[in-house]
Amino acid sequence: MEETLKRILEEYKKNEGNVISVMQEIQDAFGYIPEDAINWFSKKLDIPASRFFGVATFYAQFHLKPRGRNIITACCGTACHVKGSDRLINGLRKELNLPEGEDNTEDMEFAVEKVACVGACSIAPVVIVNKKVYGKMTAENLMREIKTLKGKRNEG
Amino acid sequence: MKADIKIKVCMGTGGVAAGGADVIRAFKNKLKTAGIKASVERHCSLHKVGCRGLCAKDVLVDVIIDGNKTTYQDIKPDMVSGIVKEHIIEGNPIIDWTVGDEYHNFHRKQIKVVLSDCGDIDPEDISAYIAVGGYEATKKVLTSMTPEETIEVIKKSGLRGRGGAGFPTGLKWELGRKAQSEQKYIICNADEGDPGAFMDRSVVEGNPHAVIEGMIIGAYSISADRGYVYIRAEYPLAVERLRRALDQARKNKFLGKNILGTGFDFDIKIKLGAGAFVCGEETALIASIEGQRGMPRAKPPYPVQKGLWGNPTVINNVETLANIPYIIRKGAEWFSSFGTEKSKGTKVFALTGKVKNTGLIEVPMGISLREIIYDIGGGIEGDRAFKAVQTGGPSGGCIPAELIDIKVDFESLAQVGSIVGSGGMVVLDETDCMVNIAKFFLEFTQSESCGKCTPCRVGTKRLLEILERITSGDGKEDDIELLEALSNDIKATSLCGLGQTAPNPVLSTIKYFRHEYDAHIKDKKCPAKVCKHLLAYSIIDEFCKGCGACKRVCPAGAITGEKKKAHTIDPDLCIKCGACFEICKFNAVGKG
Amino acid sequence: MITLIIDGQKITVPEGTSVLDAAKKLEIPIPTLCHHPKLSPYGGCRLCIVEIKGMARPVTSCTTPVNEGMEVTTTSPYIERLRRTVLDLLLTDHPNDCMVCEKAGDCTLQELAYFYGLRELRFQGEKRIYTKRDGNPFIERDTEKCILCGKCVRICDEIQGVGAIDFAYRGFKAKICPPHEKDLDCEFCGQCVAVCPTGALTGKMWALKGRQKDIREIDTICPYCGCGCNLTLHVRRNKVIRVSSKEDTVNEGWLCAKGRFSYGFINSPERLTKPLIRIAPKESSEFGVRSSGLNSSLVTRHTSHFKEVSWDEALDYVAERLRDIKEKHSPDAIGALASARCTNEENYLFQKFMRAVIGTNNIDHCARY
Repeated sequence: MEETLKRILEEYKKNEGNVISVMQEIQDAFGYIPEDAINWFSKKLDIPASRFFGVATFYAQFHLKPRGRNIITACCGTACHVKGSDRLINGLRKELNLPEGEDNTEDMEFAVEKVACVGACSIAPVVIVNKKVYGKMTAENLMREIKTLKGKRNEG
Repeated sequence: MKADIKIKVCMGTGGVAAGGADVIRAFKNKLKTAGIKASVERHCSLHKVGCRGLCAKDVLVDVIIDGNKTTYQDIKPDMVSGIVKEHIIEGNPIIDWTVGDEYHNFHRKQIKVVLSDCGDIDPEDISAYIAVGGYEATKKVLTSMTPEETIEVIKKSGLRGRGGAGFPTGLKWELGRKAQSEQKYIICNADEGDPGAFMDRSVVEGNPHAVIEGMIIGAYSISADRGYVYIRAEYPLAVERLRRALDQARKNKFLGKNILGTGFDFDIKIKLGAGAFVCGEETALIASIEGQRGMPRAKPPYPVQKGLWGNPTVINNVETLANIPYIIRKGAEWFSSFGTEKSKGTKVFALTGKVKNTGLIEVPMGISLREIIYDIGGGIEGDRAFKAVQTGGPSGGCIPAELIDIKVDFESLAQVGSIVGSGGMVVLDETDCMVNIAKFFLEFTQSESCGKCTPCRVGTKRLLEILERITSGDGKEDDIELLEALSNDIKATSLCGLGQTAPNPVLSTIKYFRHEYDAHIKDKKCPAKVCKHLLAYSIIDEFCKGCGACKRVCPAGAITGEKKKAHTIDPDLCIKCGACFEICKFNAVGKG
Repeated sequence: MITLIIDGQKITVPEGTSVLDAAKKLEIPIPTLCHHPKLSPYGGCRLCIVEIKGMARPVTSCTTPVNEGMEVTTTSPYIERLRRTVLDLLLTDHPNDCMVCEKAGDCTLQELAYFYGLRELRFQGEKRIYTKRDGNPFIERDTEKCILCGKCVRICDEIQGVGAIDFAYRGFKAKICPPHEKDLDCEFCGQCVAVCPTGALTGKMWALKGRQKDIREIDTICPYCGCGCNLTLHVRRNKVIRVSSKEDTVNEGWLCAKGRFSYGFINSPERLTKPLIRIAPKESSEFGVRSSGLNSSLVTRHTSHFKEVSWDEALDYVAERLRDIKEKHSPDAIGALASARCTNEENYLFQKFMRAVIGTNNIDHCARY
């Protein structure tokens, strides 16, 4: 971890970085922002850890806990909302057995997140599965995707 | 015989989602194989182009042979071999796959300024932009115009900020020019956070160089040597294309030291937003670029006086900047010939929701809502009744069907309680509940409120709670008055634009759809049959075939019945999930 | 200088003054919860809104700089209605348990609720529930009472330069907390406690010792170091139950952890209130008495005891012993160590005494180590 953090620190110095860019890089490297990484940078940069924590909890992009391996992002913008994104999300959470307030499945295979708008409203409702954008998503297609991903894991 | 063949495949986010990359791959493969077989010499090029507007019909493919263009819609990779064989080799376009009237109607009433090259040129290739006149405006401004003259042209064009507030761009630049400071900045606001809007994403994806050019000209006008593009990390494709475009612009000496030998220095950095709607607000955006929590601060001082790191900063929206090179090239008079007296030029809208042709459109200011929805949009999906159009996102309002003939410009929309905003236009039909729509937006603003000021932090929460109780059947007699009173006080006391406009969806839906609120509160009914607490599901005996599909899908075990006989739903057990309604093939499940 | 009109009264103030400060000069009261004259303006609570002629909407007077010819109205039925709504909203998300709150009687929120007569709230709804208590030894953080005015964050950052706490999360879930929501781990200067306008931040040792109405305020000087900060002791039934400091003092009202929280010794049963003279057992040498220094405790427990004496007796005894030693062993046999708890003047006098009266240069100060 230390090596990666040092690399990010170098990048920070070179590219007039700031708390946000540092954490974006930390998240890119680890998939989330470990507490130790914040504390390490806080010491190196002499910026209070409280500031990192404040910024990390302000922006939706940042995650302070490890996340599921497959990330399913459901768009909840207006167009998706009127085209039934709620039903997709509820179905998805049910399929993955996600309890209220939990975004990751117990086996850490799946993470479900809602985003405000991914700007692909004309093909609403939109679901992004592992960075691939699916437009005009239906409950059946989504379940099929999930089943495929689950199947992949079983094979592997 | 030599034919000039161009194939253009839509690779905007819509196109990519519909499988654009696979289509391109298929074309490459087929052309390679076919190329060997065909004896005719061919000059073939394959372009990736940005958003074409009509995303509903993606993947859109243009096949241009010696200037004759045929546009195909809904193309899947397995259709490519047919196109290559019949059209490219044999010369017979496949008429069944070409775009129909809808596509032509969609384009007929549009006037393209910002989007004029979008969807036509390869956004990943600077020479494509230069070939259509790109960077001419930069050359003209830097070599033959003073900053004051440039500002004068923009002022004369009547261009107003396309980000929402509609502040005159020329005036903003003039203020930026007059601000006294060694260091000044220009920022391009590409933090398009409005749900239901994707104009800025499409412009950056489709023609990033126009935005860069706008920034160069703006920077020259106010004497800034540093620029930032603050763009959402949720737009990975746009970020990648912008990054590539910046590199190319640097290589071609449009950015960097001593641009075009004029002694003018300017460069642009990308700053990625991290997912906070409020960062579209200028002061919050600045805080975010500085690496802080995006909490707005009070104005004055305005960013143009004290902005990024305390220096004068001009912030323009993507679409505003993308207009600039065209205005410089074609003149202020040309630009101001479009639009109305106070709202000049064109505006890009994201037309979405329950309209047939969803997509990106550019229309002259002052066009009527009817033309947009029926002529361009092709009318309402499933030919249901049009109920309202929501404009301006969470800061905007709902315009009811009876006002469909109003003009779409800054003033007219403000008059009816909505705004142009950044240009989201979500069409709603009879199956949409207006109280639910208001609740949807309040959920959004509430979760995006930064939490700094009391009225927005607590006030929007209370608004949302009142809407929640109305939609779940617990509305109280005086709730509408309470909503109105609280809305007005939140508007008056909130710190930034987010809070000041957050109640707009509530106020405008109360104004035009009070009867729907009344129905929820007094009759405990949702006329559009959306609010699930106010619905009751029942089985219509004469339609029910007793197939048992509903019984199997019901998660609450509320449905009983013998095979091949009409089933029944126990209302006490029913959790109103709607699963039975969805699954029934015989329309035997009724809700109401 | 800028001249403006506030509620019909003309006033001239330096450029850059806020409307709120200008109004203060005219003794026009404007309610506020998030403003502190020594901290950067925030504009979060929205109570200090005023109307300014020519401006479309009310503006916060704490963030708005004065302009020439500005016409300000600080109160009107409209403005008061808006302030009332803001207060109402704050109280809908507040425990409103003033009857058991430490801060009652000294709470700005309570005061404002009283003046606006907010017995009934127009709105109801969810309240933030934070059950976790902070395990630090000094500062009680009751986040449910926090109104997010941010004074604590600003004082910690701008005055103390520590940044132990900051805003976290956003919207209704926004809260102020240490990093990772752990227990507070800082200098415990308690400056945040001093500026908190509600009962969200209090001293742990203040609990159940008495509220503002019970106390007598006694001004004094902090005994801990040479800075000599002004203290105000909050005394109830002759016991110090709290310490604060006033703004118009040499230390501008700021204090450190010792000055604010280390007053426990005052009422300690182990505190010495009269001079004691050690009585050496007969067999003990003169040297044994002198060994009242570092490792004396073990020795003295078995070999000596203390006798309570008057101040005159004690001073005579010290003078006599010093004279004896000086005569027998020369002045340089005596050394003196001064204390950082004394004032500069006291330390000056002490070295003067050693040099001029005792006649030695053997004088040093604990702050040198």
